[in-house]
Amino acid sequence: MRNNRDRAGALVTHALLIFFALLAVAPILVIVVNSFKTTQGIFGQPFALPNADTFSLGGYERVFTRGQFVTNYGNSLIVTVGATVATLVLATLAAFALTEYKVRFAPLVGGFFVLGIMLPIRLGTVPIIKTMISWQLMDTLVALVLVYTAMSLPLAIALLMTYFKAVPGAIKEAARIDGAGELRTLSIVLPMVRPGLAAVASVTMLPIWNDLWFPLILAPSKENQTVTLGVQQFVGQFLNDYPALLGALTLGAVPLIVLFVVFSRQFIQGLSAGIGK
Amino acid sequence: MRTVPGPPPSGPGTLLRFERHVLNRAHYRYFLAFTLPALVVYVVFAALPLVNSIWYSLYDTDSGVARFVGLENYVYLFTNPTTSERFWNALTNNLEFFAIHLLVEVPLGLLLAALLTSGRLRRSTGLYRTLLFIPTTLSVVIVGFVWRLIINPLWGLVDFPLLGDERTALPTISLMSVWQYVGIPMIFLYAALLAVPNDVLEAARVEGSGAWSTFWRVKFPLIAPQFGLIAILTYIWTFNGFDLVFALNGSAPGPNYSTDILGTLFYRTFFGSSGQLSDLDLGATVASVIFLIILIVTAAYFGLLHRRLRSYEL
Repeated sequence: MRNNRDRAGALVTHALLIFFALLAVAPILVIVVNSFKTTQGIFGQPFALPNADTFSLGGYERVFTRGQFVTNYGNSLIVTVGATVATLVLATLAAFALTEYKVRFAPLVGGFFVLGIMLPIRLGTVPIIKTMISWQLMDTLVALVLVYTAMSLPLAIALLMTYFKAVPGAIKEAARIDGAGELRTLSIVLPMVRPGLAAVASVTMLPIWNDLWFPLILAPSKENQTVTLGVQQFVGQFLNDYPALLGALTLGAVPLIVLFVVFSRQFIQGLSAGIGK
Repeated sequence: MRTVPGPPPSGPGTLLRFERHVLNRAHYRYFLAFTLPALVVYVVFAALPLVNSIWYSLYDTDSGVARFVGLENYVYLFTNPTTSERFWNALTNNLEFFAIHLLVEVPLGLLLAALLTSGRLRRSTGLYRTLLFIPTTLSVVIVGFVWRLIINPLWGLVDFPLLGDERTALPTISLMSVWQYVGIPMIFLYAALLAVPNDVLEAARVEGSGAWSTFWRVKFPLIAPQFGLIAILTYIWTFNGFDLVFALNGSAPGPNYSTDILGTLFYRTFFGSSGQLSDLDLGATVASVIFLIILIVTAAYFGLLHRRLRSYEL
């Protein structure tokens, strides 16, 4: 009796989750599948797999010949990796200091950083534009790296602080008694917060890669466009070439989905530990 | 500490105090050296620009020279018939955008989190969690065009031009956004549900409580404080929204500005668009107004509600 009810409950749970998982993934699959078809195939049977008549790689060909995808990918990589590395280095130093040195204004500085998790940094765009113009950084990838590092630091510091707090003090004391300097002590502790670094890297990368606002404003030229902006403009220009359009969308989406699936544990841990607390 | 009388001037105590003093000074030095790089980047490119926005909104720079004009830009924004109509329209739309997120995304996130933690799944939990979170990892450009294609009357799934009608355009965009971001409240509530102590659940089970009543009577009250935080994050996030509306409808989001929100209004004001000149001063003014709208509600939440909600936590 009890067993049957349990089994029925499990069945309903799975059925509901399968329904919602399909709702989440099916639209993306429709795009990916249709990107390998001819225009007739796309509109004749939008929900069928490509067959001998409808299969075509023409869309991808046109994306690569007319779009700037290789440049765009390069730009996105430089910006995302650059800002993520800068965030990791600066946030590690700051989070270590904030948990290690109990100086009087440490909580104040910590609070000032954490406040930034909530601050809508985009609203400072007008002054950012003026700074970038006066530093001659307008329409450069450096401008994006700087803004994204500033944007990512608060969450990164808050997250790393929770990991540094968990490191036993005895290890640091032992290092210091052995004559290690502060930087050396930090490097001895660093392997112990590696899960924290992974969590920070994954929550930092995603919003940077996907951002549309700052590339649009700070690096809009063809040579400096990121993938997100590049896809946006490509789609605007090729509105009638559906195979190419779907190919561009697929190329924009798939790398990040793969990255997320690989790092989903770290990502979800970072998100729930950083903001949820 | 300071009221405790110190040890006599000679003897081991002095040395200890001297040592502590040196150590303290060293700590200040290290603290500064380690936090300064992060502090500089954060202040110059995040904190200061926000404050400077308010500062710039008090100036007029159209003639090339900055001239202090007090609240003139604000007066213009709210009294000029065109700008004030656009502002109130964007604000109302933004409230609707927020309300739809709150009323659809949060309950849906709760349902998914409850299903994931119901204890009826074995190894499949991680798979479902990953699949359900995938839309959140996409860029809005992709989300916008995926859904635009799917609801395209040509494909025959929907016969009605949902994005072309003033009444349905904004709810449609809001629901696309809900589809994308439902993973966020799901993950927060999932983490909170996992943190419910096992012995509490065991006690409920021993008392003969079923899954349904255990959820509403035991788990739900324990995770309730999370809803306040999710609501305020949703508020900040939707009032800072821009990307999906821009990706779908550009910087003058139609039909007839029915999908215009504060983010697109802000962008249009400082960047300009067809039929509208770029105006940095007025842009800074719009940004400051949005900042105030966000700040007042957030401060009220943390000042009044948050403490009361936290006190119910275990």
